[in-house]
Amino acid sequence: MTSLPTETTGKKLGLVIDLDTCVGCHACVVNCKEWNTGGYGAPLSDLDAYGADPVGSWLNRIHTFEVTPEDAPAQIVHFPKSCLHCDDAPCVTVCPTGASYKRGEDGIVLVDEDMCIGCGLCAWACPYGAREMDPVENVMKKCTLCVDRIYNDNLPEEDRVPACVRTCPAEARHFGDLGDPNSDVSKLVAERGGMDLMPEQGTKPVNKYLPPRPKTAAAVEPKETKTKKLDSKGFLGWLDKTLEKL
Amino acid sequence: MHPALSVIFFTVTSGAGFGFLAMIGLGVPLPESGIGAFVACLIAGGLAVAGLISSTFHLGHPERAWRAFSQWRSSWLSREGVLAVFTLLVFALYAFGWVFYGVRSSALGILLFLGSVATVFATAMIYAQLKTVPSWNNTLTPVCYLLFALASGVLLAGSFGFWKEVGSISIALVALVAVGAAWVCKLLWWNSVANDTLAARGSSPDTATGLGFIGKVRLLEKPHSGENYLTKEMVHQVGRKHANKLRMISLFLGAIIPLALCLIVLVTSAPNHLLALAFVSLLAGLFVERWLFFAEAKHAVSLYY
Ligand code: SF4
Ligand code: SF4
Ligand code: SF4
Repeated sequence: MTSLPTETTGKKLGLVIDLDTCVGCHACVVNCKEWNTGGYGAPLSDLDAYGADPVGSWLNRIHTFEVTPEDAPAQIVHFPKSCLHCDDAPCVTVCPTGASYKRGEDGIVLVDEDMCIGCGLCAWACPYGAREMDPVENVMKKCTLCVDRIYNDNLPEEDRVPACVRTCPAEARHFGDLGDPNSDVSKLVAERGGMDLMPEQGTKPVNKYLPPRPKTAAAVEPKETKTKKLDSKGFLGWLDKTLEKL
Repeated sequence: MHPALSVIFFTVTSGAGFGFLAMIGLGVPLPESGIGAFVACLIAGGLAVAGLISSTFHLGHPERAWRAFSQWRSSWLSREGVLAVFTLLVFALYAFGWVFYGVRSSALGILLFLGSVATVFATAMIYAQLKTVPSWNNTLTPVCYLLFALASGVLLAGSFGFWKEVGSISIALVALVAVGAAWVCKLLWWNSVANDTLAARGSSPDTATGLGFIGKVRLLEKPHSGENYLTKEMVHQVGRKHANKLRMISLFLGAIIPLALCLIVLVTSAPNHLLALAFVSLLAGLFVERWLFFAEAKHAVSLYY
């Protein structure tokens, strides 16, 4: 059923992404593909992977933006983007087959690939570009919030988080229940002023983005630096001179 | 948006087919039975069915298309499918009585008319519902689709030569008004969407990234060096370059020629069959118009690329 769930538990699982600490290494992109190509649904395919014109389906992509304040030099912000598991998900209600759905129990938005006809309408309805058609399987692919990890009792407990969260070396991705105001992620959002992307689209995203912290103003001119003369006395001085001569 | 030929063909052709079916349903004079009625049914049903079949070429899994009938409660695409099949079933019954027994049931006719109009409306709503594409998300979008379908239907129905007038107004004049009204609506639409951009709706790279509070946001590097499904499907830019010329071509083929032909039929003793030519020209103009409808549409995801 592609109507949004009327009965929910209030649980809203999602990600909090820290734009301050993301270093743009793409580790989460790679680990996301690595996990999900063997996990939920059909493999995530690539065409012409080693050729001149590679294309493929990815559930998570890192954009890099340049932001130029009026009175300071430009700064670079790496910007990870995966499905935001919107509360008012337009991608779900447009789906003609019932393949796209939002779970009442935890708010995760998923695609039942066996029912998907590959019409692409859900990708048109998503303002964030979070859905991609798989070029080989011709079914719609999207972030599953690693539903096959987070509830997976066969994994050690520390691995029961999304692959992207687990792998991020900068700890820029956090996973938790954004419906619970006392969860770690909710506190993080409150503390750091977590924001919605394109709130004007009315999708009510669950995932939140933490804005970059203010930069310390850069010095206008580089300070003069003095190179210290090497102390040529004593044992180290002797060693230095001797080594020089060799 | 990427202008996929299958979808352009679908919207134009099925629009014309259901427009003609709506006229048939209204009971306008057409061949009374037999071969003439059969030809009319073949054209109307053929156009509608050809359009629907073409739309399945756009699917990744056409063999699962039947699943699309299930979500009519929430999805316009599903409603479109359900309405189209329902209308075609009604038409099959209607055509049977008409071709073989010369009976045009008015009860079935009303259903046929309502079903056809609703189908075209649902087709338009597939696009008009999308907030992500401001130009489509316009009240005039379904009005344009409906008026173009009706104009196509009037031209087709009139070209058989049986339907000579509505009240005391000659069919050529009715067709002239129908085609004219559709294009007036389209001109209003073009005018309206020119100002109704993503920016006008408050969306920009600033809101897309949430970084606007720091300064001006500009994409420095795409996620991958190559293209992807999103850039191919939704960040299509080729069409915009020649947009103005193409608008002129669509107006010439879709408006000027059909209107001139209607006028010729109206003021000279030229046969109503000439309206068939007007229909063909309108259809050609609509292919260009529909191509632009897609190619010129800007999707919110372009703010990330
Ligand atoms: S981010 Fe896009 S795909 Fe994900 S729930 Fe929101 S609208 Fe749907
Ligand atoms: S592509 Fe699949 S999931 Fe998306 S709307 Fe079409 S049928 Fe539903
Ligand atoms: S939650 Fe899982 S599927 Fe979603 S972006 Fe992270 S790794 Fe990919």
